[in-house]
Amino acid sequence: MTMLDVRNITKQFGSLVAVSNVSMQVAAGELRAIIGPNGAGKTTFFNMISGFFAPTKGDIVFDGAVVTKVPVTERVTMGMARTFQITEIFPELTVRENIRIGVESAQGLRQRFWLGSGHRAAVKRGIDEALTLSGLTSQADRLVGELSHGDQRAAEIATALTLKPRLLLLDEPTAGMGEHETYAVANLIRRLHKQSAYTIVLIEHDMRVVFNLADKITVLGEGKMLAEGTPTEIADNPIVQEAYLGKAE
Amino acid sequence: MSTTTVTVTTAAAAQPRPWLTTAIIWALLLTVPVWLPMLGGYTALAGRVLVLGLAAMSFNLLLGFTGVMSFGHAAYFGLGAYGAGLTLKYLTPSTPLAILAGVLLGGVAGTLFGPLIVRRRGVYFAMVTVAFGQIAFYVAYSWDSLTGGYDGLRGFSRAPLNLGFTTVDIVNNATTFYYFLLVVFGVATGLQALLLASPFGRTLVAIRENERRARFLGIPIERHIWMSFSISCAFTALAGALYALLNNFADPMGLHYSLSGEIVIMTVMGGMRAFWGPLVGAALFVVLQDYISSMTVNWMSFVGLIFVLVVLFFPRGLLGMLQKGTGK
Repeated sequence: MTMLDVRNITKQFGSLVAVSNVSMQVAAGELRAIIGPNGAGKTTFFNMISGFFAPTKGDIVFDGAVVTKVPVTERVTMGMARTFQITEIFPELTVRENIRIGVESAQGLRQRFWLGSGHRAAVKRGIDEALTLSGLTSQADRLVGELSHGDQRAAEIATALTLKPRLLLLDEPTAGMGEHETYAVANLIRRLHKQSAYTIVLIEHDMRVVFNLADKITVLGEGKMLAEGTPTEIADNPIVQEAYLGKAE
Repeated sequence: MSTTTVTVTTAAAAQPRPWLTTAIIWALLLTVPVWLPMLGGYTALAGRVLVLGLAAMSFNLLLGFTGVMSFGHAAYFGLGAYGAGLTLKYLTPSTPLAILAGVLLGGVAGTLFGPLIVRRRGVYFAMVTVAFGQIAFYVAYSWDSLTGGYDGLRGFSRAPLNLGFTTVDIVNNATTFYYFLLVVFGVATGLQALLLASPFGRTLVAIRENERRARFLGIPIERHIWMSFSISCAFTALAGALYALLNNFADPMGLHYSLSGEIVIMTVMGGMRAFWGPLVGAALFVVLQDYISSMTVNWMSFVGLIFVLVVLFFPRGLLGMLQKGTGK
């Protein structure tokens, strides 16, 4: 079953073509990595999928529904969640409060002025679940702004997970992290994929992370799709080696 | 007031021991008629603090807890005052109905005006709110036959409170009227605390903290800012209605942007991230105004100077600073 079907999308900013005629199909339960050199259009591509802006041409189909022009909040309700290259969280709130806002929004309680005990218990369960899944239980009552970079990222992912997304979009989840933190976040993503069967699309620069985690890899270069395939196929692809891997080494 | 204490704790998780602040503030407010005369004050002064404090706290739902700056909140304060005054003068001598009319007038105006501005941000939002405030000001100023124009609306008086089994004299007895104000103030701020501790209240803080994250959690930003604006306007109008009862008078200056500015000053001076901060700011403002204006007509210069000093040295406001100091 195809969870995400991107059909020939193009994004033009004035005369600049940031993404040109790119297609991609992601199956349910798949972990797809998008790689490419700086300026390849990865984040632009991501922004169109998540609804940050609409493509100039082409269509995006999410779980059978055309969502090309559907606004962000509705895509979230349909089951799409994302994190950002620069962590987007509520820094002056605790981890628990960050997650609580996500849980309450996901459970459709965001316009409530009062919660009965049943709802309160359900919210608490949701929070505990997200804390356990992200490994942040011991940090739950600390302000997110005070956490390490890696834990802030984990908190952002945990907040996105509260939405129980059918598609999780991660924009450079290990950006700016040291060895240890990268390992921890990569492990978290692996757990989400293997144990919880999340469908995940991620942009990533760290090749060890990409080749260890991804089921399939899409390679972008200068806004175009260069290649698509399993990690082994991509590693052996001469075009990719020339355009991307060759340059990096 | 146990609900207030509990809910404020949740609303301001980042603040150390807010229940202590709540307890101290309520102890002080409840005993005003005992200690204020000893310091040479008079009870009506405390009434002013309650009313302007409520206005500033209501405004702060928007500034401090939604992260949106309005520079026209006097409009709703003034509409509340005129709503109450006109009701007493022309419709019925009932204090509760006058208050209700004031809240409705200001709240409905804010609710209708809201959709026009919720897509604006920052200084643009502020400018449009000023513009609407000035429209309200000029309407009140020019509509002589109804509002009394420049001279203000006179010839009405708050009515005794009929509770069915007894009648409370809030007309001539200043202390009784103070406690009447305090009850309304307590109910209003209690509701505000509940609101901030609710899921809806948390979405407002989420919008303040990070609009992009809030949107990507499925929170419809514009609709929630609109709701926050409407609620804030209705509570501000309540304060305005009480102000008309306090003075038995409503005038166009209650709608003027200079009052909007004063509400901002009180809020920032007291501390916009602290639930009770705006009340502390209002108390300081009213006391300064009372003492300094008896010495010089340029009292606002001194208030301005103190405002600048507070912003420079205590950016979290007076209460924010005190809570941080005692919490460690």
